[in-house]
Amino acid sequence: MVADGAMGTMLFDRGLGPGTCPESITLSHPETLQQIAQLYLEAGAEIVTTNTFGASPARLSTYGLADKTEVLNEVAVRVVREVVGDRGYVAGSCGPSGKLLEPYGDATPDELYQGFHRQMRSLVAAGVDCVFVETMTDLTEAKLAVQAAKDIAPQIPVAACMTFDPTPKGYYSVMGVSVAAAAAGLAAAGVDAIGSNCGNGSENMIEIAKEFKAATDLPLIIQPNAGMPQTEDGKVVYGETPDYMADVLGQIVTLQVAIIGGCCGTTPKHISAIRTMLDEA
Amino acid sequence: MDLLAEIASGVIDGNDQKVAQVTQQVIEQGKSPKSILDRGLIAGMNVVGERFRVHDIFLPDVLLAARAMYAGMDLLKPLLIKEGIPSLGKVVIGSVRGDLHDIGKNLVGIMLKGAGFEVIDLGNDVPPEKMVQAAQEQDAAVIGMSALLTTTMPVMGEVVDLIKREGLTGQLKTIVGGAPVSADFARDIGADAHGFDAANAVVQVKNLLNVR
Repeated sequence: MVADGAMGTMLFDRGLGPGTCPESITLSHPETLQQIAQLYLEAGAEIVTTNTFGASPARLSTYGLADKTEVLNEVAVRVVREVVGDRGYVAGSCGPSGKLLEPYGDATPDELYQGFHRQMRSLVAAGVDCVFVETMTDLTEAKLAVQAAKDIAPQIPVAACMTFDPTPKGYYSVMGVSVAAAAAGLAAAGVDAIGSNCGNGSENMIEIAKEFKAATDLPLIIQPNAGMPQTEDGKVVYGETPDYMADVLGQIVTLQVAIIGGCCGTTPKHISAIRTMLDEA
Repeated sequence: MDLLAEIASGVIDGNDQKVAQVTQQVIEQGKSPKSILDRGLIAGMNVVGERFRVHDIFLPDVLLAARAMYAGMDLLKPLLIKEGIPSLGKVVIGSVRGDLHDIGKNLVGIMLKGAGFEVIDLGNDVPPEKMVQAAQEQDAAVIGMSALLTTTMPVMGEVVDLIKREGLTGQLKTIVGGAPVSADFARDIGADAHGFDAANAVVQVKNLLNVR
């Protein structure tokens, strides 16, 4: 299945200013979210993710918006559902809390669980078809998010993606979680699909997919960046063109990756190229 | 194992209780604070920094090692001040205005302290004026800037420009870093240095301040 591409970089392109809470766009400019959803649907995405990546109470509190957790999650689902209808699936996005768990930081597991529970309650109530836990680097935190979703709605599929870096010993998250450890831990938490998003371009993501395939029988999901961001003449560009990405990602067919989407720097054109590649494969 | 080596190994293992206990012991034995700092705490953090650089260990281990190092530092600090032992230099660090990501910046702070620098951490979302003002008030020679968002990177250029307008170019040096920040970008905005990771940041700052 094809999921949509980036939200953050699309919002930056559409005028999201630095320092502005991206989730606040849900209330201030919902039509922008609807435009983006429409573009991704037309590009061939079957799964459209909600603008709720940073809509956990912990993350929202850095902007003083924690009390808007419920409304930001619910409205984000509603505005996208209006566009998607039953032409596709709405995935509720849930990203890291931004806090470090004890003993590395001062957050307790219960605190993080309660925050995710609050976010998941709203996403589920608003009618998401599935949940995407994304860009996680801490395994305990990722498991707490998955558990919160499953505790509220065990029948709703949950996919969990972690972000890895290449090391001489294979791919590890910045918190030291290997792909194999991620697979084992998240499977134990009851996840329905597992994989990686962000942090890497297409080639590395193929390698990560291979490591996951060796570590688990769960359906795989990968969402590469369109390469790593470079600055050219003061502008930020992502190096992988739609055709380049689609070409490299051809290997997901043999690897039997279940869901392919895009992260930072990807656009509807990237999703369209991937869709075309898959249809012709 | 000699006691200073035990302190170093306590830092490496992230054992804050052991580091505090043995540091107290060698202080009472009359070991010089500078030698405890250099051969105990800094020696330990150097090993941690190198292991982290080659991906042998990861963030959690570095954070625990830092906590152990601080446990020793807390006991040493009053003695170092009393003996007038200077740090290698003062560095102001912060994530630039609009950016709330701080793990990388925190790591740089840990590595710089572990190497013997005094670090003034201004936190996140720091405007250029605040960075330059803090550096002047604290008599810091270097400003270290971090960004994770491509949209906040231009603020780094604003800091360099502000330093120029204040006539402080050369006196107040700048180093930039963060996942999307490249050496090319650092050059384009006129920063004095670019750190590609936290361990490299220490090397670069030492270069900037002509410290061995």
